[in-house]
Amino acid sequence: MSTNELQRQSRLLRGVHRTLTGLHPALESLIAALVGLLVGAILMYAWGFNPWKAYIALIQGAYGGSYEWASSLSRATPLILTALTFSICLRAGMFNIGAEGQMYVGAIAAVCIAYFTLPPGLHHIVGLIFAAVVGAAWSLVPAALKLMRGVSEVISTIMFNWIARWMALYIAIFVIVDPIRTERTVAIPLSARFPILVPRTDLSYGIFVSIAFALFIYFLLWHTATGYELRAAGLNPSAARYGGIRNKRTMFLSFILGGISAGLAGAVIVMGMPPTYAVIGGGGLPQLLNMGFDGMAVAMVGRNHPLGIIVAAVFFGGLNAGGRVMQFYGSNPVPLEMVRVVMGAIVLAMSIPELIRLFPMAKKGGENLIRTIRRATRGATEEESA
Amino acid sequence: MSFSDVISLLRISLHAMVPLALTAVGEIVGETAGLFNIGLEGILLLSAFAGALGAEFGGPYVGLLVGMGVGGVMSLLFAVINTYWKGTQMITGIGINLFAMGFVAFGLIQLGAPGFHDVPRAVSLFKIRTPIGMYSPVILLALILPFVVHWFIKRTRAGLMLKAAGEMPEAADVAGININRIRVLAAVFGGMLAGLAGAYMSVAWLGLVTKGLSAGRGFIALACVVFSGLNPLLALLAAFIFGFFQALAEWVKTLPSKPIPGEFVSMLPYIVTLLVVSGAIGRVRFPKFLGVPYKRE
Repeated sequence: MSTNELQRQSRLLRGVHRTLTGLHPALESLIAALVGLLVGAILMYAWGFNPWKAYIALIQGAYGGSYEWASSLSRATPLILTALTFSICLRAGMFNIGAEGQMYVGAIAAVCIAYFTLPPGLHHIVGLIFAAVVGAAWSLVPAALKLMRGVSEVISTIMFNWIARWMALYIAIFVIVDPIRTERTVAIPLSARFPILVPRTDLSYGIFVSIAFALFIYFLLWHTATGYELRAAGLNPSAARYGGIRNKRTMFLSFILGGISAGLAGAVIVMGMPPTYAVIGGGGLPQLLNMGFDGMAVAMVGRNHPLGIIVAAVFFGGLNAGGRVMQFYGSNPVPLEMVRVVMGAIVLAMSIPELIRLFPMAKKGGENLIRTIRRATRGATEEESA
Repeated sequence: MSFSDVISLLRISLHAMVPLALTAVGEIVGETAGLFNIGLEGILLLSAFAGALGAEFGGPYVGLLVGMGVGGVMSLLFAVINTYWKGTQMITGIGINLFAMGFVAFGLIQLGAPGFHDVPRAVSLFKIRTPIGMYSPVILLALILPFVVHWFIKRTRAGLMLKAAGEMPEAADVAGININRIRVLAAVFGGMLAGLAGAYMSVAWLGLVTKGLSAGRGFIALACVVFSGLNPLLALLAAFIFGFFQALAEWVKTLPSKPIPGEFVSMLPYIVTLLVVSGAIGRVRFPKFLGVPYKRE
């Protein structure tokens, strides 16, 4: 990589960690979340729904009781891990959009442990290691392409997502398929399933894997020399290189950690999500689909910080869990897809660094517009009267 | 493989080339001015959906125009955030993609059938009948436009201003060029082309909208731009190569003998994109201030 390119990349990234002028990062995320919900409300209103009722149903469905909290947390479990994938690489100065594909291959690898018997505990660990190794291996190829050929990781990871998707579908349908129920793969054996944490919900002990990994990443990035090098390389690559940090090494490290994280996400989905405990191949991997992309929204709202990500994942997990309630809510069934519209709007709002300053700017712009229109209409009426 | 097979393969490649070429040429204009839009995928999807609705409302031309309008508006949003409001381009692009994925899936449910929506034959765009198959007139546009844009960037004053906005915004600003306005205009032009490409897919080519209609085409168009090094003519060539492999994948799938499993054939366009891009890098050079919001000191 040339110095020029490094400089360009650092300029590209400078905006990512920047916060509002004088505002706390958490407050900025909150404002963005409110803007996103507002955009969602406007769209719902435009399509003839009652946004107020829909949001009440959503919030009740997300945080209304212990069952609702459990299902929100269960949906947050993989989101924490896929968000970490994006954040670790962003901290090191790279846009890894490949969490989706790395998660697919991780899930497939985790299912493969169904073929041998091990005592519980060991079986869990072997499953997680399988998924982590395969996820990391999958993310290494874009990293190597970037390093050796200079291919933009944005393009290569996206292409790898599609390749992973078709490969996972092929393996799920033809290779490790359940001989009796051909729409899904063989199920994870009992000895490797994460036990349910709250009875009669789908929240399993898998959430501790996510939280432990998030804490590990926090410790690694902020309390070790390696993590310091990684963050320094992301903030200013050329300065880091003059300071003796080997950029190539930190880049590989960030991709490996990201791949491990995404692979684990695949594993906690298949090993900890009742009732199937298998990858469903029919209909295009429905239980895995878009988890990687949603993770990017979580990472942004979590300010690319492992602890922030946990909070943001509970918020987005709540949106997903509440969205399921919202879509069956009596007279006002808003489809679940609305949740992703809200996510997109939140990310859009997050990309504006001076969001809070937009309100006075918009007011001023509106006043100018009204003045111009008034002047134009007055001109027109004067012409008519003349 | 008989002669008629070759012809039909080339015909489908031309059809598949159009959205890639239009999107790539639009993105070249945007990147020359310094805006890197990875939200193209979302813009393609949104405009395909809006174009289909517009076509059902007022015929194919209205559909194409609505698609261009939606593409332009989304790009306007992208450009304003990343020029006047000093946003981060990658994040805005990711936001547009997420928003489009959710909005189109939501809209398709509202139209009745979750997952897909057929555009009636009656409102799809007319096709020009030639001895070697039927072609949509948009193909002509996609073949001519790269040359026009190439001439515009290389030979006109406005094209030079565009380059200055991407290469040396400070100098251009001193020379009295309004950097932000140029960037917004360039991005809106690019977005309108991407919108046309999206509407072409639903109204003139495939005749349906699905929630996965864009299928990575926005990113493949970005790969075309990377391959071309911001030369519209090379981008057209790249679009044809990628279109050809998409067509090849579709063609292999229809073979009765099924020499390769369908899933592997579907990977082909993405693998080829990766190979071509990793072969092409190294000689291309992008504008110095690509992706950086311009701030007066």
